[in-house]
Amino acid sequence: MNKTVVRQAFIKSVPVMAGYIVLGIGFGILLRGAGYGVGWAFAMGAFIYAGSMQFVGVGLLTGGASVLTTIFTTIMVNARHLFYSISMIGRYRDAGRYKPYMIFALTDETYSLLCDGSAPTEGDPHLYRFLVSLFNHCYWVTGCVLGSLLGAVIPFSTAGIEFSMTALFITSFAEQWLKTRDRLPALTGLLGTLLCLLLFGPERFLIPAMLLITLILTLVRRREENA
Amino acid sequence: MRSAVLVAVMALVTMLLRFLPFFVFRKNVPPYIRYLGDVLPAAIIGMLVVYCLKDITPAVSPFGLPELAAAACTVGVHVWKRNSLLSILSGTAVYMLLIQLVF
Repeated sequence: MNKTVVRQAFIKSVPVMAGYIVLGIGFGILLRGAGYGVGWAFAMGAFIYAGSMQFVGVGLLTGGASVLTTIFTTIMVNARHLFYSISMIGRYRDAGRYKPYMIFALTDETYSLLCDGSAPTEGDPHLYRFLVSLFNHCYWVTGCVLGSLLGAVIPFSTAGIEFSMTALFITSFAEQWLKTRDRLPALTGLLGTLLCLLLFGPERFLIPAMLLITLILTLVRRREENA
Repeated sequence: MRSAVLVAVMALVTMLLRFLPFFVFRKNVPPYIRYLGDVLPAAIIGMLVVYCLKDITPAVSPFGLPELAAAACTVGVHVWKRNSLLSILSGTAVYMLLIQLVF
């Protein structure tokens, strides 16, 4: 029975495998370019395990950021994880011993695989979600380490590889746009942030943007409730 | 040493953000928070797209053209094939070619 769960979890994780390995390689190359070798790539991939934060983190490391700046930047870049966790509270409630690791490993991609709540009809759904999380984590660390090793020998210029992160978010956005009817949240995020970027400038628009987005979506909910 | 501290800080803060809701809303999730959990992920992805493109300069050469072309390619390939990896790879490749060979 467990074998079936392992197989189904693996199949579920395959779409993330390629993406994580490619993005991880991009990160490893970037990190090596910044002067940090394979041990750093492994540690950041294994323990931070948050793609966009790791890309931003390379800048923090090379820019000599303070601990305080690092704390605030991490909160801003990763605040969305609060909401992933919030929407998984119910689903992870009875996960028992798997739960701490599943919470630690709840990345954008793992969330996108598990948020529809699907699980095989046979076997333990918590083991299944645990394994999907674990497989994804393994792909990511593998990619980071590979990129660091390849970065030293790759025969062409890798300038521009950082666009892989932008492309990842654009793809998630497009996929979401095509998949759902209710496009208001996506539009609010896009336009609200753009407005804050124009108003506050590229250095400090993220926090106002998050506040504005939350405010607009809250007002929309009130209006719908009253309607 | 300093770098190790920063990496540890990033890891701990990220972990804290992921665990916090599970501690705060141990028993019942208020409907408002559940609503935010439904709508915010989509909005945040939109925010991150803008965040990634924040440093383009529409008024100064190259006018953000490499980014716009690569973004358009990413969207186009995605609408066409609905294959996330292919969209990411083609967008990134177009961007790398543009900034290395054209601009």
